[in-house]
Amino acid sequence: MSAFDSWAAMGGYAAFVWPAYAVAVGVLGGIAIQSWRRYRASVRALDRLQRDR
Amino acid sequence: MSAHLGLLRRELLLAWRQGGEIGLALGFFVLAVVLFPLGVGPEAEILRRIGAGIIWVAALLAAVLSLDRLFAADHGDGGLDLLALSAMPLEGVVIVKCAAHWVTTGLPVVVLSPFLAMLLNMDTAEMPVLALGLLLGTPALSLLGAIAAALTLGARRPGVLSSLLVLPLYLPVLIFGAGAVEAGVGSTGARAHLLLLGALSLAALPLAPLATAAALRQALD
Amino acid sequence: MLSRLANPARFMRLSGAVLPLLTAAAALVLLIGFYLALFVAPPDYQQGESVRIMFVHVPAAWLALLVYLLVAVASAVALVWRHPLAAIAAQAAAPLGAAFTLVCLVTGSLWGRPMWGTWWVWDARLTSVLVLFFLYLGYIALANAFDDPGRGGRAASMLALVGVVNLPIIKFSVDWWNTLHQAGSVFRIGGPTIDSSMLVPLLIMACGYLLLFSTLLLVRMRTALNERKARALQLATAPAASAPPHASPVPR
Repeated sequence: MSAFDSWAAMGGYAAFVWPAYAVAVGVLGGIAIQSWRRYRASVRALDRLQRDR
Repeated sequence: MSAHLGLLRRELLLAWRQGGEIGLALGFFVLAVVLFPLGVGPEAEILRRIGAGIIWVAALLAAVLSLDRLFAADHGDGGLDLLALSAMPLEGVVIVKCAAHWVTTGLPVVVLSPFLAMLLNMDTAEMPVLALGLLLGTPALSLLGAIAAALTLGARRPGVLSSLLVLPLYLPVLIFGAGAVEAGVGSTGARAHLLLLGALSLAALPLAPLATAAALRQALD
Repeated sequence: MLSRLANPARFMRLSGAVLPLLTAAAALVLLIGFYLALFVAPPDYQQGESVRIMFVHVPAAWLALLVYLLVAVASAVALVWRHPLAAIAAQAAAPLGAAFTLVCLVTGSLWGRPMWGTWWVWDARLTSVLVLFFLYLGYIALANAFDDPGRGGRAASMLALVGVVNLPIIKFSVDWWNTLHQAGSVFRIGGPTIDSSMLVPLLIMACGYLLLFSTLLLVRMRTALNERKARALQLATAPAASAPPHASPVPR
């Protein structure tokens, strides 16, 4: 068992630790991405409206 | 004072004449309780163990179901504006409406509870604690519910929304009410739970109408 | 200071200047935090490697509560002082708080499973966080339930204040309920006191979460202000639009 394998196995708790980290990264990353994309959309929409005036 | 009593009389008369609506909420209360033995099985010991919790949860749901009767009708036909402009303080109007709501929803729940307790094979010794707890706790349900009803006036889907808003606020009442029954048969006795229930209702009495009136003013602006 | 930030245009300028730095700081601290949590922190003598879940779970719980308090304070400022940005801040923060709460609940469940053998445990903290999740959902639902966004914002602000007053009562009653039913053993994180080898990664992760929240709060507030401005522009130019809605060329 390589050092990486034993680290990844998390002492047998891998089935719990990795999903937990995945959820944390997924949910927080998800809302970060959603916030960012909505922001970019609002900037574009506002630009378009201001140009068309 | 006479204005308040007059309003109370009007509320109760309206509720009586629309008797079907009160009947609906109470019918739902009974039906919800009846659903549980059908869901978990008729085993007497299990039902006895969870009976108090079932009745309390059903009481909460019945209270939540009837919240839209508080303000929506008057808001729709302009009666609420009149009440707000009248000489009565809006907080007083709220208390009267909550009192009427309690008489038509909370009180029948208290009265029906021993019969439902029988349905769930609960001990006769548990029934007074259950009924007393409901008596002390249901005013809080009406008062807290008024806040949610006022906040959701004019919203889309106000019924479901106010349920979502108010149920977290009902949790302490549920916990102490159901806990009282369980403690009553144990060594600790139900006194602390019942006192806390009474305290919650007493605390809600001045505070909830303040919040409700503020919310109503926002809605009427 | 708050009154100086009240001007939306000024807020946009300041936040625009601060945002790149804040984003970089958040990313850096989070990276360091994750590295410490996954590689450097030692396993617990009782819980083994599963204690690493603590580093994503506990800071999420802290943020979940902190953000709710922030929403309540912003709501109070919006209602009492009518600070123009306060309601926007509260509504921007609420979904972020709900996200932290969700992370806390799921990671808490995953942490509890190897310890207690069940996917959910009705212990006092998890149950209180579950209630907090519903408080967030209620706030977000109410804010979005009205056709007039201003009305929704005001109603939601009141709800936030009612919620924050009830939160200690709910927490107290859930604690009481939990001790009554004696659910499971008391949850001790690595013993009565946390060793510094675990405390440092925990605090760094908490900082990272806080920086992430601050970054996203500013982003969402800027978005809200942009969208408001766009709506106002659309309303202003609508009367100037030449063709009435029903006018259409007669087909030949």
